[in-house]
Amino acid sequence: MTQAAPKPTKSNGLYAETVTIHPRKVKGTFRSAKWWLMVVLLAVYHLAPLIRWDRGPDAPSQAILADMAGRRGYFFFIEIWPQEVYYVTGLLLFAAIALFFMSALAGRVWCGFLCWQTVYTDLFVLVERLVVGDRNARVKLDRDPWTIEKLWKKGAVHTLWLLISLTCGIGFTLYFDDAFVTLRDLFTLQAGIGTWSAIAIVGGSCYLLAGFAREQVCLYMCPYSRFQSAMFDEHSLIISYEGWRGEPRGPARKGQGFEGRGHCIDCKMCVQACPTGIDIREGLQMACIGCGLCIDACNTMMDRVGLPRNLIRYDSNANLLAREKGEAAKTKLVRPRTMIYTAILTAVGAVMVFALSTRHTVDVNVLHERSPLFVQLSDGSIRNGYTYKVLNMVRRDRTFQLSTNGIAGATVQVVGETDGGTQALLQVPGDDVTAFRLYVTAPEASLQNSKTSLTLVLTDMADGHVVRSETLFAGPGR
Amino acid sequence: MASMEKDSVSGQYTTGHEWDGIRELNTPLPKWWVYVFWATVIWSIAYWVAMPAWPTINDYSRGVLGYASRNELESDIKAQKQARSKFEAKIAAISVDDVVKDKDLRNFAMTGGKVLFNDNCAPCHGTGGVGAPGAYPNLADDEWIWGGELADLKQTISFGVRNTNENSRQSEMPKFGADGLLTAEQINQVADYVVALSSKGSTAGLPGEAIFAEQCVVCHQDGGVGSKDVGSPALNNNIWLFKGSKEQVKQVVINQVTNPQHGSMPAWSERLDETSIKMLTVYVHSLGGGK
Repeated sequence: MTQAAPKPTKSNGLYAETVTIHPRKVKGTFRSAKWWLMVVLLAVYHLAPLIRWDRGPDAPSQAILADMAGRRGYFFFIEIWPQEVYYVTGLLLFAAIALFFMSALAGRVWCGFLCWQTVYTDLFVLVERLVVGDRNARVKLDRDPWTIEKLWKKGAVHTLWLLISLTCGIGFTLYFDDAFVTLRDLFTLQAGIGTWSAIAIVGGSCYLLAGFAREQVCLYMCPYSRFQSAMFDEHSLIISYEGWRGEPRGPARKGQGFEGRGHCIDCKMCVQACPTGIDIREGLQMACIGCGLCIDACNTMMDRVGLPRNLIRYDSNANLLAREKGEAAKTKLVRPRTMIYTAILTAVGAVMVFALSTRHTVDVNVLHERSPLFVQLSDGSIRNGYTYKVLNMVRRDRTFQLSTNGIAGATVQVVGETDGGTQALLQVPGDDVTAFRLYVTAPEASLQNSKTSLTLVLTDMADGHVVRSETLFAGPGR
Repeated sequence: MASMEKDSVSGQYTTGHEWDGIRELNTPLPKWWVYVFWATVIWSIAYWVAMPAWPTINDYSRGVLGYASRNELESDIKAQKQARSKFEAKIAAISVDDVVKDKDLRNFAMTGGKVLFNDNCAPCHGTGGVGAPGAYPNLADDEWIWGGELADLKQTISFGVRNTNENSRQSEMPKFGADGLLTAEQINQVADYVVALSSKGSTAGLPGEAIFAEQCVVCHQDGGVGSKDVGSPALNNNIWLFKGSKEQVKQVVINQVTNPQHGSMPAWSERLDETSIKMLTVYVHSLGGGK
């Protein structure tokens, strides 16, 4: 499918002037959906860290928490350790494919409704409208000379923006430490420089990006608008203007019908409602974030002049062409593109669920001593040293039995714990990594080569769960 | 620069550049982007002034903020020393035996002792106390010439072996061959006896037995078990300091009886403080041979 050429440059300069866009207020289906989503998304963002989840006395009781200092990630019943960061990779992969899937089906739903840039820009524009007024009042205020009235109005807008940015920054920090403790520290001014810096960076970005940069973020910073066409096909839902019905456009006049001309009355409401300042009548373009506000604007005007709605509609290119030819439009959801995305989503989701449900609660790292590789004892037997780390990934103390397999007559000694024997008991506190220093001693007669394979067998005394680790036993050779 | 003109198809201005009749459309950069670029330039100039930046012939520009990564390192080292000092104070206050009993102190001493060992001891004894055959004893096996208990180890590390310190461990094996105390034939017989001892073979009826009982037992004890009091190594096992391979055992015994080699070790109390020696003791003890 084709995309319209970039908007012709109005000036012939080498650098483009940034014109502040003041979107006009509209009413309609898409505007309502955006209000509701804004409320829901902001509520989720601010309330999710407050949810509690009981994990026992020594563990954080916050349901969603990225505990950087404690090196743990918590999500309700899931608890991950730093070496399990691949769960986060899986989540990001899932999110990326879900974004592609969403785009293939329904266009830039993310950009128009869900992206934080959109949500906060919407909120900031709402503040402007409540303080200053609708589009015309805001454009006029920008043009007016500085007066007391302009000063207080602008001051009020920026104060409110900064307050919203502050809540945005505070909301972010609550995910990284206990929310109630952080809030208490913030209000009693006891929070550390790190917390304040995070609030300043996130809040400052919010103020800058939602207050000033706005559509410039979508046009020049975000990569997504540049590769959206890779996900689209002729069945993807996009914001589209039915040119065949609208053209030739012309203003509506009293007593004059619409026979012999298009339904577009060229009121430019769609342009004024657009948060990125484009004219959707030029076709699908990179700057269109798919929010549907031009549809609401156009439908309001169509109702007023008594013409059928949906001159601009949220529909696929295929349906657009079908209607132009007078054929029945039908939405095609099942197509190779959506099926492939569904398959990838299902696969990633299944792998994640499988990995999480079979997650190990104990892990072992074995490191063979390199210097000396082996030691001959006075009775002729050979001893090897190992560093043996046990990761107890549950929140209760556990007792393990360690034994060896593979070398006849081998004994194991844990420095500071046991003096030797065919097995040893290891105590590992809950939610902890304990390093043991092992000495495994084997009679020389049991060793054939300079390397013999040895299996260290760790058995959980409570539930019988076994972890086997293959390692090598070094000797002088024959 | 060629004149700017509008492209007739797109209605967009061109940059005025033309190649073989093809003209480039002007798609201008947003102005704020250019401002951001200039802001970074200004930032970099401020950075040159504020931070160390320019090399000079013998020095470099220091920057008005006075930042130096060396200062950061120094404050890090200071903080580390501060953190270590409470452990070191505890170790200084109690005996080595009590250090080993306390799990935290033991871990601290083993970690610190490893660093000290690698700095001071590893040149001779090797990393991990592996030793060097024919020169420096292995500290990871279970044979000790001067004793393997914590107190013995601490004594040996503090005062060394055969040096000028008055508390140094001293012993010397007589030059039985060189000084004519035994004949070559007798030395050969006693070497056969010692090889039999070490390989747990039968010693009955060996002519060397009588010579051993007469000349060697004083230091090496009955059955060649050795004595840590005089630093005489055990002869009844597989561990030989002055040995390369199995076949060389007998020749090594003959050489050692004829004209003995003696190793020497410095008194580390002359170079390290008491706490460091305690930490070293704990580390060496943990290498696997500690009694």
